[in-house]
Amino acid sequence: MSPISQPTSVAFNPYAENGGTILAIAGLDFAVVAGDTRQSEGYSIQTRYAPKVFRLTDKATLAVNGFAADGNIFVKTVKQRLEWYRHAHAKDMPLRAIARLIQTMLYAKRFFPYYVYNILGGIEEDGSGAVYSFDPVGSYEREACRAAGAASSLIQPFLDNQIYFKNQVAVSGTSHPKHLPILDVLSLVTDSFTSATERHIEVGDGLEIYVIVASGRSLTELSSIAGIEEVTGSASATDRVFVIRRELKKD
Amino acid sequence: MADVYNKAGFDFSNHVRNSFLQSKGVPFPKATSTGTTIVGCLFKDGIVLGADTRATEGPIVADKNCEKIHYITDNIRCCGAGTAADTEFTTALISSNMELHALNSGRKPRVVTAMTMLKQYLFRHQGAIGAALVLGGVDSTGAHLFTVAPHGSTDKLPYVTMGSGSLAAMAVFESQWRKDLDRESAINLVSAAISAGIFNDLGSGSNVDVCVITAEGTTMLRNHVTPNERGAKEKRYKFRLGTTAWTKESVRKFVVDESVTQISVPAGGEAMDIS
Repeated sequence: MSPISQPTSVAFNPYAENGGTILAIAGLDFAVVAGDTRQSEGYSIQTRYAPKVFRLTDKATLAVNGFAADGNIFVKTVKQRLEWYRHAHAKDMPLRAIARLIQTMLYAKRFFPYYVYNILGGIEEDGSGAVYSFDPVGSYEREACRAAGAASSLIQPFLDNQIYFKNQVAVSGTSHPKHLPILDVLSLVTDSFTSATERHIEVGDGLEIYVIVASGRSLTELSSIAGIEEVTGSASATDRVFVIRRELKKD
Repeated sequence: MADVYNKAGFDFSNHVRNSFLQSKGVPFPKATSTGTTIVGCLFKDGIVLGADTRATEGPIVADKNCEKIHYITDNIRCCGAGTAADTEFTTALISSNMELHALNSGRKPRVVTAMTMLKQYLFRHQGAIGAALVLGGVDSTGAHLFTVAPHGSTDKLPYVTMGSGSLAAMAVFESQWRKDLDRESAINLVSAAISAGIFNDLGSGSNVDVCVITAEGTTMLRNHVTPNERGAKEKRYKFRLGTTAWTKESVRKFVVDESVTQISVPAGGEAMDIS
């Protein structure tokens, strides 16, 4: 035995990085929130189907990405807080209020954070489509589009170019549209994920696209989409929620 | 160091500077790694080697269809996993030395010779050359299959796997490999082992490359299985002419126009001016 004992350090890391990517785009009177369904750690796939996008109310969906265990618990607590709100006020919490709730919930754990990036998408009280994106400790912003997670650095520049028309000069005498048609948005989402699957090893297996549509809007475009499913909660809801599921490459 | 002629072998002259930089927290550039599934197995008439075709840089796919089965001699091939540059240069060097050895000895080179050259070369560099290899071939003494680890240790086995997908691939071999398989079954088994890596290991992906070596000759089956073709995109992303903004325009003519004027000289030439 050595006469002098050297100091040793032991560390437990409670966090893990579970890969995957999420993305949301706001339209004029709709919002699209999407995420892949692969959950991984290192070079291993834990499951090919772990949802990252969740319906909170009939006007709000939340996408969570980062440390999956924290993400699941966070969504569970947000849903619980929304239920309490329903019991107290006999209505669903408005989207901008959910955004502020998420901020306070994240910041409450400022020194032991939820290791997740959140993107909230849905319909505001004025009927406009909205996307709110958060950092892990609660800083948030309303935006037209946002990508987060493993392949965010691949997808966000693509979105900036295709949604905000960054680095694109409009035809002289015209200007770029402020909002895109819903089918164009859905194509951009699908192409974002198939492309990210090609070049990022943690993205793949499956794709879930949630579409939240404001009350006044026609649903004729949506009915043409193969395999679309309505997941609206209550029969009396004015805004409606749909989900589109697609396969992604599994290598 | 600053010599006109370079000495043979690696140049370590930046080592002191780089380790100083690293100790100050400057990040070190990451080499492309073939985070890979490579396999080999013995069958009735020889050897079947297999590899996936994905090359990665961290979590990013650097090459979707790279070649990991390297040529050593006509009757010997080598699959490489680990640092892409190391597997490429090491196999190229040993291939070159094997050719010289064949010319010198006037004999067909043996698999053990390549294996010994590889292990001695890798051991000399103490694991700094990150090459994990599956070496296989047929020579005058029969069919041989080896693995060579980065530090220089070797194994001789009837079926082997290496790389990040080695466990997935070995699971297939352990459950399905039998002695004296026929050619077709051996190719299918190797494809199944590589596919296990492609679908279950994130470091491996895209296509299956196969190489069959028998006493009759070597057949390279490049992209033997392609289970991961990309589907068509939903939108077209062609930019209209004039999409990119510009700050100034200058047009320069690269064609030089020349005109030649013929000057007529009187017969007998002009008189010299002597005034």
